Amino acid sequence: MDFLILNQGSFPILSTLIFLPLAGALVLLLLKGDNAARIWALVVTSVNAALSLPLYQNFDITTPKYQFGEHHAWIPSLGINYTLGIDGISLLLVLLTTLLMPLCVLCSWRYIEKRVKAFMVCLLIMETSMLGVFAALDFVLFYIMWEAMLIPMYLLIAIWGGPRKTYASIKFFLYTLAGSVMLLVAIIALYLANDPHTFSIPQLMGQDYSFTFQVWVFLAFFLAFAIKVPMFPFHTWLPAAHVEAPTAGSVVLASVLLKMGTYGFLRFCLPITPQAAVAAMPYVIALSIAGILYGGFTALAQSDMKKLVAYSSVGHMGFVTLGIFVLNMRGIEGAILQMINHGITTGALFICVGLIYERTHSRELAKATGIGKYMPLYVAFLVFFGLSSLAFPGTNSFIGEFLILVGGFAYNKTVAALAIPGAVLAAAYMLRMLQKVVWGGTNNPDQSYLTDCNVREIVTLAPLLVFVLWIGLKPAPFLDVLHVSVNHLLSQVEAANPGVIKLASATAAQGKLLALP
Amino acid sequence: MNGLVFAPELVLLLGSLLVFFVTLGHGRTGAARGLSLATAVGALICSLATLGHEADLFFGAYRVDLFSQLFKTAITLGLVLVLLVGRRLADIVEEARPEYHLFLLLSATGLVMLVSSVELITLFVALELSSYSVYLLVPMRNDRQGLRIQMEAAIKYVMFGVVASGVMLFGMSYLFGITGTTYLGELLARLQAIGATPAVVAGLTMVLGGFFYKLAVFPFHFWVPDVYQGAANETTTYIATVPKLGAVALLIRVATLVSPDGEAVVNFMIVLSVCSMFYGNLAALVQTDIKRMLGFSGIAHAGYVILGLVTLKDAGFAAAFYYIVGYLVMSLACFLVVCAVSRDGENVAISDLAGLYKRAPLLAFTLLVGMFALAGIPPFVGFMGKFFLLTNALQQGYLALVIIAALNTAISIYYYLSVVRVAFTADPEGRPAVPTDPLTGVVSVVLVLVIIGLGCLPNQVLSIATTAVRAIL
Repeated sequence: MDFLILNQGSFPILSTLIFLPLAGALVLLLLKGDNAARIWALVVTSVNAALSLPLYQNFDITTPKYQFGEHHAWIPSLGINYTLGIDGISLLLVLLTTLLMPLCVLCSWRYIEKRVKAFMVCLLIMETSMLGVFAALDFVLFYIMWEAMLIPMYLLIAIWGGPRKTYASIKFFLYTLAGSVMLLVAIIALYLANDPHTFSIPQLMGQDYSFTFQVWVFLAFFLAFAIKVPMFPFHTWLPAAHVEAPTAGSVVLASVLLKMGTYGFLRFCLPITPQAAVAAMPYVIALSIAGILYGGFTALAQSDMKKLVAYSSVGHMGFVTLGIFVLNMRGIEGAILQMINHGITTGALFICVGLIYERTHSRELAKATGIGKYMPLYVAFLVFFGLSSLAFPGTNSFIGEFLILVGGFAYNKTVAALAIPGAVLAAAYMLRMLQKVVWGGTNNPDQSYLTDCNVREIVTLAPLLVFVLWIGLKPAPFLDVLHVSVNHLLSQVEAANPGVIKLASATAAQGKLLALP
Repeated sequence: MNGLVFAPELVLLLGSLLVFFVTLGHGRTGAARGLSLATAVGALICSLATLGHEADLFFGAYRVDLFSQLFKTAITLGLVLVLLVGRRLADIVEEARPEYHLFLLLSATGLVMLVSSVELITLFVALELSSYSVYLLVPMRNDRQGLRIQMEAAIKYVMFGVVASGVMLFGMSYLFGITGTTYLGELLARLQAIGATPAVVAGLTMVLGGFFYKLAVFPFHFWVPDVYQGAANETTTYIATVPKLGAVALLIRVATLVSPDGEAVVNFMIVLSVCSMFYGNLAALVQTDIKRMLGFSGIAHAGYVILGLVTLKDAGFAAAFYYIVGYLVMSLACFLVVCAVSRDGENVAISDLAGLYKRAPLLAFTLLVGMFALAGIPPFVGFMGKFFLLTNALQQGYLALVIIAALNTAISIYYYLSVVRVAFTADPEGRPAVPTDPLTGVVSVVLVLVIIGLGCLPNQVLSIATTAVRAIL
C-alpha cells in the first residue's frame, strides 16, 4: 500500500464526510415538519462543510500519494476493499462538493414547497455518493457510488422538476446508465488482467497492458465519462435535465456531476490506459473543440435562460476536456481549476436563474428584461457571475481558460486557435443575456413588483462571489495543491509513452516561469 | 441426530397434515393461515438450527449438508414472506382458501425435499410434489370476467410442466442406462470416467431442461406470461420466487455432473442464457400488465443466473446462489406492492400504479427499491449479484457472454424505470389511496433493508455459499 498515506489519528475524516449526510438523511426521515427538514439539512451540510476544511489545511502538497487514507477489507473473496484517499486532483473537488451543498439547501428554501423532507433526503444522499466517487480508491466502491447517485438525481428531476420532467429524468437516467454498463465490464476485465487480481485503482495504474486491451478499456471508460461530462455529441441529455431540474438539482448537476466525467478521465483514462489515451488524443481534442463551438453557438440562440446556461456548460466542459487531453502540465492544471471554476460560476448562474424563476415563474429571457432598476443587488451578482462565465480577467474562469489555452498552444497552435472563438462566443451570449436582464429595451415588461434579494439569497450567493474573485486574483493556493499530483500523473502517462509526449518535468519547470502571482 | 436433521421436513409435513384436518371443516381460513405461518416459521427455525449438520438419510438417497440446509433456509424464509405478503388471498375462491394453504405448504415441502435429494428417483418425486401442488393453486382464483383465464393458465402450466417432466425422465433414463446408477455421487464418478459422449450430453441436457422449466429459461418459458397473469397475485408471488430456489439448487447439483470437457452442455447453456436475456428483456419492454412484465423480466433473470452455472466453478455456483436469493427478496418487494395495490385481487396494470407516490409513499418506495434492485443498480443486491456473476463468467473467459449480459442490463433498465416513473411522476387521476396496514409496512421495510443490506455486505452470504458449494463438488 505504498500509494496510500493512512489517515493519522483515530478520526476517519473521509468516511465521516461521506456517511454523515447519509446518517443525516436517515435522521431526517424521523423529523416532522417542512421547516425542521430544511434546517436539519442545512445543519448537516454545514457541519460537513466545516469538517472538510481541515482537509485543505492538513493536505501535504509535496507528495503525489493519496492522503487521509482508509483501508479495510470489504469482500475478501474477490479482493474488494473499502479504500479511500484523496490526492491533489480530488481534494478540490471534495471541497467544492462539501462547500456547495449548504448553498443548495439554501437555494431550495422557498423554491421547494411540496415534499420538502423527501427532497432534502435526496439531496443528502446525493452528497454521500458524490463524495464517495471522489474519494474511492477501489473500483467497485467507485462504481457503486457512481451508479447509486442516479436514483436520487432521477427523483430530484422526476418529482420536483418542471413540465417536461418525466422526459428529462428518463433521458438522464437511460443515457448515464447505458454509458456505464460497459464501464463495469472494463472494470472486471482490468481486475482479471492483473495478477494477483485487484480492484485497487492505484495498483491498476502503470501496468503493462497490451495496446489492444488498453484501447478497448479506454473506449468503455470514454463512453461512460464522455456521457457524464457531457462531451459533444453525447450532450443531448444535459439541456433537458438542466432545464427541468429544480434549482438545487441543476446546481448539483452542473457543479459536481459533470465533474465526475472529467475526473474519470484524469483518474482512470490517463494513468490506467496511457497508450490508448495518447492514441485517442487528436480525436478527443477534436470533439472538445466541436463542443466548445457548438455549445457557444447554441447558447447564443437560446431564449430560455436556463437553457442558455446549460449550453454554456457544454462549451465550458469542452475547454476542460481540451485541457486534459493536450496532456501537458499547464493544460491539465488549467482543466482542474476550470472544473472548480465551472462548478462555482455555473452553479451561481443557475441559482440566479432560479431566483428570477421564483419571482416571475418564467425562465424566458424576454420576461426578465430590465430588472436592473428594481433588483440592483441581484443584477450586481448576476453581472459578476456572467463576467466570470465569459472568463473576464480578474475572475476565476480567466485563470482556468488561460492555462488551458496556454497548454493548447504548447500542444498545437491550430488547435488552440480553433478554441479561441469559443471564448468570444461566451462573451457574446453572456453579454447578450446581461444586457437584456439588466437594462432590456424600451418595451420591458412591468417589473416593478419584483423585490430584491433577501438575506438568505445574499448568503447563498456571496460565498460563491468570494471564490470567483479569490481564484481570479490569487489562484496560487488552489494551483499549489495540484502541482505534484498532476506532475505524477503526467509522468505515469509519459512512462508508458516514451518520447511521444513532452517531458512532464520539463513542462513543470516551465510552469515556474509562468507561475501566476 | 439423524432424526433431528430431518426436522424442517418433519415440521412441514406435520403442519401440512394439521392444515389438512383444518380444511375438512368449513370457513376455517384464519386457522389454516395461522397454522401455515407457524409451520413456515418453525421450518425456518429448524433449517437455521440444522445449518452445518451433515447426514445421509434413506439409504443415501437424501443428503443433508450445508448446501441443502442453506437452500432450505432460503426456501422456508421465502415461504414465510409469501404467506405474509399474500395473506389476504383476496381473489382466491372463498371456500378454497384453507386448501390453498395446504397446497402451498405441500409445494414448499416438495422443494425442501428436492434440495436434499441426491438420487434421481427421489429427486423426481420431490419435484413433482412441489409442482403438482402449485398446479392446483392456479385455478383456485375467482372467475371474475367469466373468461376462465385462470383455467387456461392452469392448463398451460400443467401441460408444459408434464412435458418438461417427461423430458427430464427421459434424460434420467439415459443417465441410468449409461451408468447403471441413480445416485448422483456415483453418477458423477462414472460420468467423469466416460467423458462427454453424445449420450451423456443428451441425458444431461434433458435433465437440465426439466429444471430450466422451473426456472423459466428460454425456450422452457412459454407458460410464464399466461400463468403469471392468469394466477391470483398471491399465487404468482409464490410461483415467481420460491420454486426458482429449488430449480437453481438442482441446476447446481446437475451442473456438477458436467465434466470439465463437457463443452457441448456448456455451450447449450450459454445459448439458452443469451436467448433468455434477450427474449425476456425485449418482451418485457412492451408489457402493460405488471405481473406479465415481471414474468418476462424473470426469464431474463434466469438467463443471468446461468452465467454462474456455465463457469462450472464453486465461485460461480456461489454467485448463482447469491443471485437467486437476491432475486427472491427483490421480486417479493415488487409483488408485495402489487398485492397491496390490488384491493380485490384484480390484475394490476402498470398504469394502475400512477401516483402511487402520493397514494402510499412507503409502498412506492418499496417498489422503487425493488425495481432498481432488479435492474441492477447499486447499492442493492441485484447489482452485487450481477457483478459477481459477470466477474466469474469473465474469469472463465466468456467475454462475449458478459458483454451481452451488460447490454441487457441497459435494455432492462427502461421497463423497470417506466414502472418507477409511473409511480413517481404520473398523476393519480382520482385513484384512491392505498391503505397500508402495519404488518405490510413492517414487511416492506424489512425487505428494503434486506435488499440494501445484502447488497452492501454480501461477504457473509457469499462465503458461506462458497463453502457449501465446495462441499458438493
